[in-house]
Amino acid sequence: MNQHLVLRVVTKLMVGFIILFALYVQFHGDYSPGGGFQAGVIFAAAFILYGLVFGLESVQAVLPPWVTHKMMALGVLIYTLVGIYSFFLGFNFLDYGALTPSHPEHGQHYGILLVELGVGITVAGVVISIYYAFVSRSSTSKDEEW
Amino acid sequence: MLVISAVGVVWVRHLFAAAMFSGIFSFLSALLFVMLDAVDVAFTEAAVGAGVSTVLVLGTIVLTKRLEQERKVKENLRPLILVILTGMILIYGSLDMPEFGSSNTPAQSHLGLTYLESTPEQIGIPNVVTAVLASYRGFDTLGEVAVVFTAGVGVLVLLGGFMRNRRRKDQGEL
Repeated sequence: MNQHLVLRVVTKLMVGFIILFALYVQFHGDYSPGGGFQAGVIFAAAFILYGLVFGLESVQAVLPPWVTHKMMALGVLIYTLVGIYSFFLGFNFLDYGALTPSHPEHGQHYGILLVELGVGITVAGVVISIYYAFVSRSSTSKDEEW
Repeated sequence: MLVISAVGVVWVRHLFAAAMFSGIFSFLSALLFVMLDAVDVAFTEAAVGAGVSTVLVLGTIVLTKRLEQERKVKENLRPLILVILTGMILIYGSLDMPEFGSSNTPAQSHLGLTYLESTPEQIGIPNVVTAVLASYRGFDTLGEVAVVFTAGVGVLVLLGGFMRNRRRKDQGEL
């Protein structure tokens, strides 16, 4: 892809905005459409776009595979820990009111934010890991066949 | 247009074109979701269906072959008849469904209404979808995340994502 100047320049411009949009969808999910799943996928799409245009090595220099593997587990862990935290404070499992017992509504806000963060991290990690796993296998066909 | 692109996926022998058709299909169904006011679903469909899965299909094509294998087509009408019959039964079943946008459906009048009424006072966020997903149905969502995690681990085990790294590390040390 070295010869596609337009693609390279546009990708460099876009990736930042895509990641910004992913973070917006992630943390603004309470007020506008979107949430952890969508944000995670958009976040992953930014890295996949970068990997498509600049090659696997350059994207893995930014986000190595061992990080994405840890991300997969980290998200589930965050989600479960929120649940267990409320569990130990004498509330029901995943009852976010436990986070701020004096004001349950705020607790719901924090809880949803944390849980969505966990969802987003896991989804992004899984999608990027799957992409890495596919692309890092060597190709059997040649370019002329297209 | 949905139907055209769906037929295109099956019809085209060139797998690259088929992948593009399935991407178009996803985008069109994302538009359909927007029309049904399900913006959250449309987001997911556009990003996953049209974006990521197209890339993954292309990656698979790179690993395998460009063209579908030629098959000797036997004239066999039985599957076609079965498909048409099933389709007719499904369409007949859909005649019983309430009208589009009708407010008297069970989904609108019991649970959905409760969520819409109690979300502002109990949770206090404007996006009811997020409230239901993350709070009322938090346990289900935890299960979904676990499913996504398991699927990711499964794919990595199958494709050797973990092993490859270890092998590379071993080679580096040697």
